[in-house]
Amino acid sequence: MTIGARSHRLSPVVDAIPPSGIRRFFDLANQMENVISLGVGEPDFVTPWHIREASLYALERGFTTYTSNRGLPELCEAITAYLEDFELHYDPAEEVLVTVGGSEAIDLALRALVCPGDEVLIPGPTYVSYRPCALLAGATVVDVPTYPEDNFRLTAEALEACVTSASKVLVLCYPNNPTGAIMTSDDLAAIAEVAIAHDLFVISDEIYAELTYGSQHASIAALPGMKERTIVVSGLSKAFAMTGWRIGYAAGPEDVISAMLKVHQYTSLCAPSMGQMAALEALTHGKEEKDRMVASYDRRRRLIVDGFNQMGLTCHSPQGAFYAFPDIRNTGMSSQDFCEALLRETQVAVVPGDVFGATGEGFIRCSYATSVQQIEAALERIAKFVDRLW
Amino acid sequence: MKDVKELELLRLLAMDSRLSTQTLATLVGTSQEEVEQAVRELEQKHVILRYSTVIDWEKVATPRVTAVIEVKVIPQREVGFDAIAERIYRFPEVRSVFLMSGGNDLQVTVEGSDLQAISRFVSEKLATIENVHSTTTHFMLKKYKEAGVIFDDHEDDRRLVVAP
Repeated sequence: MTIGARSHRLSPVVDAIPPSGIRRFFDLANQMENVISLGVGEPDFVTPWHIREASLYALERGFTTYTSNRGLPELCEAITAYLEDFELHYDPAEEVLVTVGGSEAIDLALRALVCPGDEVLIPGPTYVSYRPCALLAGATVVDVPTYPEDNFRLTAEALEACVTSASKVLVLCYPNNPTGAIMTSDDLAAIAEVAIAHDLFVISDEIYAELTYGSQHASIAALPGMKERTIVVSGLSKAFAMTGWRIGYAAGPEDVISAMLKVHQYTSLCAPSMGQMAALEALTHGKEEKDRMVASYDRRRRLIVDGFNQMGLTCHSPQGAFYAFPDIRNTGMSSQDFCEALLRETQVAVVPGDVFGATGEGFIRCSYATSVQQIEAALERIAKFVDRLW
Repeated sequence: MKDVKELELLRLLAMDSRLSTQTLATLVGTSQEEVEQAVRELEQKHVILRYSTVIDWEKVATPRVTAVIEVKVIPQREVGFDAIAERIYRFPEVRSVFLMSGGNDLQVTVEGSDLQAISRFVSEKLATIENVHSTTTHFMLKKYKEAGVIFDDHEDDRRLVVAP
């Protein structure tokens, strides 16, 4: 009996998905000592104590069983009440689904909506999960470029140029990881027009909605005619510093949420019950702590943006999320080379922009969800490194 | 400087008074000169009183004993509690004095080199002050948190070095 090459065992769809570009940097940085990391895509706060304490209390009372597939009804209600702040109106009994992190919601939405032959439009640079999830759902991915000159906002023209008769879903991620770009209500209205004209469905990942600076987040689902063709995806991870709890949610039209619920009940059954209890506490009593964390990101945002501009790397002020996305093109290096040399020579870890999409080339993603002291130390090391390049 | 920024400046300084004026300026979104001027004014107005350090004295080999003393006093005509409070807080071994609601009037924190030193202070100095009616002394056994700082905090950064 002969055993074929290992890859023959694998599904060709999975086999064709390239390994994560971030993973390579993680492995590299992980072997080194004294690394200052600006490469982390999660808050530097531990979950606020009142939320952890509520979860402990839930455990003490025995909240350790499955919940309904959709999620705890109280949590669904808390989610819809919370979404009202963003002018989004959903029925907690039919239009909301609690998921295992926002990630599961993205996967479910794509699986519920697309099949082979469908095209999924993904504006980039953007978060790395949408493409593989779309491919796993059997769809074809179409990259829609966003450009530095537009501050990485998606324009209707760029979108229109990529739409074909097979286009089915548009995935938005604003505030954006990695660029920190946001879309205003006017920006979104232009996109909504294209979506309606071409009958596109929108999956809007609004996980960073709370992290906007100087403006209130606008959701495309709040625009006329968009609620029925949009799934809003979000979660507790970023706003409430709850990444490890894995609690996210989706809100949208009943038929799509029901289809997602069908997949969810067979694959995950339900989101963790103690996490759901923690999420309930966060959404009902977490505003003060959340505001404190957002104010702290805002201060550090100014620090990091100033630092990059002073050392000669142009860095637009990001309007959302917790990433700065400085332009390194004037160093003459590629993002990958820059980041690798920076890591090896100065032990500062950042993420090359091209891992988030082709137009991210020439940029690096730097998270400012780290202490003021660490940001200052990292900036000093990067400045010295950049000085040597010129 | 706008009140909001001034408050933010004070909060930042209360957490870390060693932040440079340049860093403070960037963090609150103003100029270095403006921060310097604001700090000067706040010092002159005695809003900022001192730049101090939170130290875990248990980790250095200096024996120190702290006691919290509840003091009942008979307030004096015209000056109320203030005159008695002053007679207490002028002693250098007294670290803090608060006027409290509830069953007692003043809460006094005293530091000394050992139990005897504190006992002596209470019996010879504090209890003998005119209008001090009674004292209840509680010795502090362990400090878990002070000035918002958790001693021996074990919540280190557990995040992965690089993550999407």
